[in-house]
Amino acid sequence: MSSLHKIFGLIAILAFMSVSPVMANEPSSPASSEKGSFDVKSFILEHVGDSYQWHITKWGNNEISIPLPVIVYSKTTGWHVFLSSALLEGASYEGLSIAVDGKYKGKIVEKTADGNEVRPFDISITKVVFALLFNSLLLIIIIMSVARSYKKDNFESKKGFVGFMEMFIMNINDDVIKPGIGKDYKRYAPYLLTVFFFVFINNLMGLIPIFPGGANVTGNIAITFVLAIITFIIVNISGSKEYWKEIFWPEVPLWLKAPIPIMPAIEIVGVFTKPFALMIRLFANMIAGHSIVLGLTCLIFVTVSMGQAMNTSMTVVSVIMTLFINIVELLVAYIQAYIFTMLSAVFIGLARIEPHHVHEEIKE
Amino acid sequence: MSLLLPDSGLLFWMLLSFGIVAFVLVKYGFPVIIKMVESRKTYIDESLLIAKQAYEQMAKVKTQGEVIVDNARREQVKIMNEAAQTRDMLINDAKEKASLEASKLVEEARKQILIEKEDAIRDIRRQVAELSVDIAEKILRGQLEKKDEQMDMINRLLDEINISKS
Repeated sequence: MSSLHKIFGLIAILAFMSVSPVMANEPSSPASSEKGSFDVKSFILEHVGDSYQWHITKWGNNEISIPLPVIVYSKTTGWHVFLSSALLEGASYEGLSIAVDGKYKGKIVEKTADGNEVRPFDISITKVVFALLFNSLLLIIIIMSVARSYKKDNFESKKGFVGFMEMFIMNINDDVIKPGIGKDYKRYAPYLLTVFFFVFINNLMGLIPIFPGGANVTGNIAITFVLAIITFIIVNISGSKEYWKEIFWPEVPLWLKAPIPIMPAIEIVGVFTKPFALMIRLFANMIAGHSIVLGLTCLIFVTVSMGQAMNTSMTVVSVIMTLFINIVELLVAYIQAYIFTMLSAVFIGLARIEPHHVHEEIKE
Repeated sequence: MSLLLPDSGLLFWMLLSFGIVAFVLVKYGFPVIIKMVESRKTYIDESLLIAKQAYEQMAKVKTQGEVIVDNARREQVKIMNEAAQTRDMLINDAKEKASLEASKLVEEARKQILIEKEDAIRDIRRQVAELSVDIAEKILRGQLEKKDEQMDMINRLLDEINISKS
């Protein structure tokens, strides 16, 4: 126990000693980036964003990356399917290239005859898409293998991984979905469990720094957007008569709803803010986690120009802090999946209210 | 800013892959697991109930068994007592019979002895009589060797007969 205290004390002192000079040196950092040493912002944005190839590392002067298929449909030239290695370093292939800047920076654009850049319909297997497909497949394999071991129809208790997954699934089912939705929860439980494990596996795989993990799937707004939209649809399809009455004719004084529908307007906004909050919460949490880990890793490279002693101490701090944040992210990966599922369950539960619960629900 | 704009290609792939995942897992994955776990739960509950009932039944059977054993033991004691009584009775009877038989035998033996004794006495008497007759004969033969003595004798005997006739 005391040795643990000593280690923490050491870390704290080290962190304090090394952080203050960095603060002092902050103004000079743009200057160093001008020298072309290291651009933290673009580095992080590049890594949390999407790309057409899976960048592994830079070896000497060669970029090592896994090429991914580009699938593009252009209105003028039709379908194009090729590997993204053809587009490396600004190269152009079949009139397509990756935009260097402008509105479509980092995306594949097509140069038209008059020199404009046009964005074609792009369903390329990008880094995020690849990770998404990989994780989806992994999830299907895991859950189906668990489900298959129940097919034998004997009542023996499961051991090992299946037992763990059973505990995990039933925990989410009984402690999150059941209390959230209440009566009739069984209809929604499979979907919400799918959402939970889908988010969770994508979060977890995002924490593994090497291929095929490390892609920021759930930290991409398109992913959370689709999840939120599906929840939104389910919530509003399962909305009871009371739910819609609450929105369009709530039990409030008449002047709040009769000539100018103030309350209905607020309620309608509320209908959309719920899934919007779901979307933004997951997206922001995951992108923030990835950014923090990347930012802390960048400390090593940023401090290279500050001398060896500084660089060494900051490397130690960086590794320790990255480790710490990674462990926190492990927790966040679970918590965000949990919260997404729980809020979805609660929203579905709220949409299925019965008339006699009216007064409790008005707050929402 | 591009981070906040959902990319159409990603939306397409997300809808497709999540749709497939959701379809597969909602149809074949989670319901199977939940159903089995829940049916196992009810099975366990039922089994516990059955076990409890069985336990109660067993306890009942056990007490019943104890009652039966008690009764049997009591019965045993009773039977043993009866058996002992019967045995004593039999022995007594046998003894009585035996002594009766013995006394009868003794009696008979005594009678036999008496008969034998009388027979023996009769035999002795007869022998004695024969002997005395023989002796008398010899004595008489000795005394009656002379004619006159024979005549005397005849006369005396006739006298005696006459005396006894008269």
